[in-house]
Amino acid sequence: MENESLKTLKEIKSLMEKSTRFISLSGISGISAGIVALIGCFILFLNYSEFIFAIPSYYKEIPENDNRFNSFLLFIWVDAILILFFAIGSAIFFTTLRAKKNKQAIWDHTVKNLLINMFIPLAPGGIFCLILFFQHQFYLIPAVSILFYGLALINAGKYTLNEIKYLGLSEIIVGLFASIFWEYGFIFWAFGFGIMHIIYGSIMYFKYEKA
Amino acid sequence: MNIINQLNKSFENRIRLGIMSILMVNDIIDFNSLKNMLQLTDGNLASHLSALEKATYIQIFKNFVGKKPQTTYSATIEGKKAFLEHLNTLEKLIKKNH
Repeated sequence: MENESLKTLKEIKSLMEKSTRFISLSGISGISAGIVALIGCFILFLNYSEFIFAIPSYYKEIPENDNRFNSFLLFIWVDAILILFFAIGSAIFFTTLRAKKNKQAIWDHTVKNLLINMFIPLAPGGIFCLILFFQHQFYLIPAVSILFYGLALINAGKYTLNEIKYLGLSEIIVGLFASIFWEYGFIFWAFGFGIMHIIYGSIMYFKYEKA
Repeated sequence: MNIINQLNKSFENRIRLGIMSILMVNDIIDFNSLKNMLQLTDGNLASHLSALEKATYIQIFKNFVGKKPQTTYSATIEGKKAFLEHLNTLEKLIKKNH
């Protein structure tokens, strides 16, 4: 009877977790998103290396009629959209594979909760970055995007694997440093979105999926 | 043996206990989500749901999403209370034997 009760309690706990958390978020999707971000940064580096290692301080002001900088801004748009597309695409792909393996639905109320709670900080953060862009306050955009992404992960922590909160907290710290040392915004961006995703994804992969 | 008698008969069945566990942490849930999480057939799940409704532990809502009918379920206050008591009894059973 004692073992029976313990088993029942464990089953209850697992059902409660499974019905509120989307546990199939794959570590490989973190790794792939990180690699995509690094490739995007590398392409940017190949074409505009002078802006990568230090954003010149006069770009806090509006750089009028600077063709090189204007083409750089256009390039960033294309690059960012491609990064977003391939990072999200690969994340969905690997997570779908894992959900199938876990026999968890890829679209149910746990996914909906996860996305809604991610987008509550992420959407205002994205809009804020756009506003900074159109006001030509470029120098803070890398920091702001990392910071809001960290907040989004912490907010989503209740609806997926709990460990994602630690990634969120680390992103917030990186984002704050990126705002202090804004001249190196792109380096922090590559670190926050590239390296950290790869580290987090690998830890999750070895912890939950390798076996 | 007294404690065992306190275990709620409605929750003796694993599936009913499972349904209640899910409804404790989700305010509202639809039939298909329950079916997927518990890996049951339509008929099997429906019979357990109606048993829980008869015990007034859950409430059933029928509404339409566009033209499709959708049935959703939520636990009543009575049901949540009964579930918590059942959990307490289970815990007592474990502690007593230690």
